[in-house]
Amino acid sequence: MSRLRRQAPVLAVIAAGGVLGSLARHGAASLQDAGTGWPWAILVVNVSGCLLIGVLMAVLLDLTAPHRLLRPFLGIGVLGGYTTFSTYAVDTQRLLADGRAVAALTYYLVTPVLALLAVWIGTAATRALRGRRRA
Amino acid sequence: MTVLLVAAGAAVGAPLRYVVDRWVQRRLDGAFPWGTLVVNVVGSFVLGLVLGSPSLSSDLVVLIGTGFCGALTTYSTFSYETLRLLEDGAWSRGVANVLVSMGAGLGAAALGWILAP
Repeated sequence: MSRLRRQAPVLAVIAAGGVLGSLARHGAASLQDAGTGWPWAILVVNVSGCLLIGVLMAVLLDLTAPHRLLRPFLGIGVLGGYTTFSTYAVDTQRLLADGRAVAALTYYLVTPVLALLAVWIGTAATRALRGRRRA
Repeated sequence: MTVLLVAAGAAVGAPLRYVVDRWVQRRLDGAFPWGTLVVNVVGSFVLGLVLGSPSLSSDLVVLIGTGFCGALTTYSTFSYETLRLLEDGAWSRGVANVLVSMGAGLGAAALGWILAP
């Protein structure tokens, strides 16, 4: 019971952040017509979310005493809800099932490459800015 | 209405990701991000099931698919955990995380699609 009481605020801010992030993802996805074309909207969502998690984690590491709910809210909640792996997997599978092998393969490979590049750039750029500020 | 369905699904999916991640990570090797792998593969399977079921109402697709599965799974944590492994010099685990996530995620999505009623 005491563990639940301690975890309750964490779960609550993750839920709240997850709702905000998911609504942003839903808004971005609605810019693209459902079921047609290459899923660029979710690619943009996932890559931008990875850039932001890189920035966030570098900033949090730099803070001396970040609020204990900041990372659960922004990192696990907002950005976790904003980005999605399931849509990436299912959209790849649907392109394959539609016989669009090149589109499927491109999407399947480009997403993780850009996502990893984005999280690295977000982290490195934030560290570089922090270093310059202190110098 | 659609917005409320997305929000309701996400309000369950996001905290469930945290709970499952903690639960899995406590039981398995802490040096590999098993927790995120599990939620991403399970979420891909469920989304495959949902989108493969033509009889499902569009409200349920939005609630379970966009809201719940979208929030249960994550690309940002997957990427961040991979970057951490690579930066820590654990190259084989970092590369394995990417390849296993991609392979199991796509396989789970296809399996869900095939098993959909």
